[in-house]
Amino acid sequence: MDFSNIDRILDKYDRSPSGIIRILQDVQAELNYLPRDVLKYIASSLSVPLSHVYRIATFYNAFSLVPKGKHMISVCLGTACHVRGAPKVLEKIERELGISPGETTEDLEFSLETVNCLGACALGPIVVVDGEYNGEMNVSKVDELLKKIKQGGEINE
Amino acid sequence: MSKFLSKQDLEEYRKKIINSRDPNKIIIALCGDTGCQAYGANKIADAFRKEIKAKNLQDRVELKITGCHGFCERGPLIVIYPKKIFYQKVSEKDVSEIISESVVNDNVIERLLYVHPETKEPIVKEDEVPFYNRQQKIISGMNSVIDPTNIDDYIAIGGYSALEKALFDMDPDSIIEEVKKANLRGRGGGGFPTGVKWESCKNAPGDIHYVICNADEGDPGAYMDRSLLEGNPHSVLEGMMIGAYAIGSSEGYVYVRNEYPLAVENVNIAIKQAREYGLLGENILGTDFSFDIKVTRGGGAFVCGESTALMASIEGLWGEPRAKHIHTVVSGLYNKPTNLNNVETWANVPLIINKGADWYSKIGTENSKGTKIFSLVGKVNNTGLVEVPMGITLREIIFDIGGGIPNGKKFKAVQTGGPSGGCIPEEYLDTPVDFDRLTELGSMMGSGGMIVMDESTCMVDVARYFLNFLKDESCGKCTTCREGIKRMYEILTDITEGRGKEGDIELLEELGWVVANASLCGLGQTAPNPVLSTIRYFRDEYEAHIKEKRCPAKVCKALIRYEIDQEKCTGCGRCRINCPVEAISGEKKKPHIIDQEKCIKCGICHEVCKFDAVNII
Repeated sequence: MDFSNIDRILDKYDRSPSGIIRILQDVQAELNYLPRDVLKYIASSLSVPLSHVYRIATFYNAFSLVPKGKHMISVCLGTACHVRGAPKVLEKIERELGISPGETTEDLEFSLETVNCLGACALGPIVVVDGEYNGEMNVSKVDELLKKIKQGGEINE
Repeated sequence: MSKFLSKQDLEEYRKKIINSRDPNKIIIALCGDTGCQAYGANKIADAFRKEIKAKNLQDRVELKITGCHGFCERGPLIVIYPKKIFYQKVSEKDVSEIISESVVNDNVIERLLYVHPETKEPIVKEDEVPFYNRQQKIISGMNSVIDPTNIDDYIAIGGYSALEKALFDMDPDSIIEEVKKANLRGRGGGGFPTGVKWESCKNAPGDIHYVICNADEGDPGAYMDRSLLEGNPHSVLEGMMIGAYAIGSSEGYVYVRNEYPLAVENVNIAIKQAREYGLLGENILGTDFSFDIKVTRGGGAFVCGESTALMASIEGLWGEPRAKHIHTVVSGLYNKPTNLNNVETWANVPLIINKGADWYSKIGTENSKGTKIFSLVGKVNNTGLVEVPMGITLREIIFDIGGGIPNGKKFKAVQTGGPSGGCIPEEYLDTPVDFDRLTELGSMMGSGGMIVMDESTCMVDVARYFLNFLKDESCGKCTTCREGIKRMYEILTDITEGRGKEGDIELLEELGWVVANASLCGLGQTAPNPVLSTIRYFRDEYEAHIKEKRCPAKVCKALIRYEIDQEKCTGCGRCRINCPVEAISGEKKKPHIIDQEKCIKCGICHEVCKFDAVNII
């Protein structure tokens, strides 16, 4: 495996162990997840035990040890969204995609996650797809949304 | 841009900016906060830019993308200065009309005005809208006037003059005295007196002292810190600079929540600009004071809002809190004296220095001074950010400013203080809001989340929701928190799923007491609050679930069923087509029925029915 891009990120933070969270964030942003070999490489580069890197990678929600899908669907389960019916929206998406939060569809098309408040409560319930906010969601809007993502994907290709 | 080397440099520059600006130039202030962006503010901004260029109006009008104006419910929002014309729910297609009517001509577009809900009269000016005119926006008010990515805007409204005053007219001790006299209390939830904290940190031995801005706003339903950091980042930085000077610190950190990309972007831009102007770095304004700030992004862990966990996270460790036998002001980040304050607390500082403690302490109640920004969300008509003086009642916030409950439903409770807070019922709506009164009611101020609930909210479900959140966010260090919250969650799940039994409420109370008393940090110590406060005020609702297997709010799935009203059903078939499990049958134009065996209670039929014929029983 080529680690040149990882080296670049490590250098950005002076290969300092205290920069490890920022290093992992950048790696996650670049590779979409934290592959095992990369974690090993980071551990040896920073001269810290692999268990230390692994502990950080599993403590924070921002990190994933498995590849994420092409499209990231985040359902906000903040309190405002919750009282406005977000759980029903989540259930509908789970049913449609056949996956639970934290999982990715087999074809690597969709990953589903939940977040605890995005701070756009006036629009709740909110579903964010690939960084784009979809406000005032309800179960009937989910079909439309998924169709839009699938079509969008085809057009882009 | 050359750096300011003295107070005079900054003052002359300020004059230069003010003089170069035409006070009669029309400014279209478009809210570009995360919320309004989600409504499509970016597209509107592009449309304005195109239209202004096409009509060659660059000299007459300027588009300003600002931070949050507050009235999120009505976004996207624009205010046209100097007349302060307030347009709400603006869309791309309105842009050309706004330019031709309200910029080229002097007309108001009535369709885009806010209509007073009672008098039905359209309101032209922003400050006459009932949502705004009862607020006192001393901290958040500048959000709608300045472009947060342009330091000149901040300087033009008097920005960094408090820093000047602190550096040239005051000394560290008199700054601390002023903050103490103003009785500023921590806005992050604890309510600890800020000046006392600064003094302890200043007096702590050590050559290096740190200051930190806690922007790890994790409470779901609270976003005032995000909006300040996005909308007026320099006010936060200026507060930190003054604090650092008073404490004797040369290094600061802003720890921002990972879920707030725009806040990270704007605060980074602000720091870069402040460095370019010599307001951060070596020998600020030609004095001996040197200070710089770094930004650290969180990793998505709620517990990192706790001071010791946050500091561990900055050090590159997992965010586990430690016991505070030795306070962080003595031994915090890298075991050095560290002063941590929340975003809103820092933003209060320049104001106190500029206007003085006497002015500041006139606002608020005896022991809670100043204003507080709340995010008013949930089942309320006017969702948004409101800044009110301490001591205002919950009723004024929810009904006068918030416009009451939508769809004619009845108010049930308001949840304050996030997952650490509690639910306050209607009988206490006239309570003045301050740190101490909310604590007396079994809730807390917290960071300022205010989630309104109506009669269709189940309080047991809400308690379960918060415990589900806390169970996931517990770092796992203390057994009582790690296991206790989980067991409480399981009991609540049993109750909401019809398996509740006699003694469950008492067991929850007992467990809650243990979790609160035997956990190390604030997360565990306050985790039982949502449960204990709902038991305290809504015990009958728990009992209905347990004894009668009934959910009075008709939320808990296992205790409800959907039925079609045979009288109201027109047989349109909408529910039948939308049902994901084919549980609904019926002939066209004849009343339909739901097969209870097949029904998964997803609620789609209830949602899609246009004749209100699907009842929840």
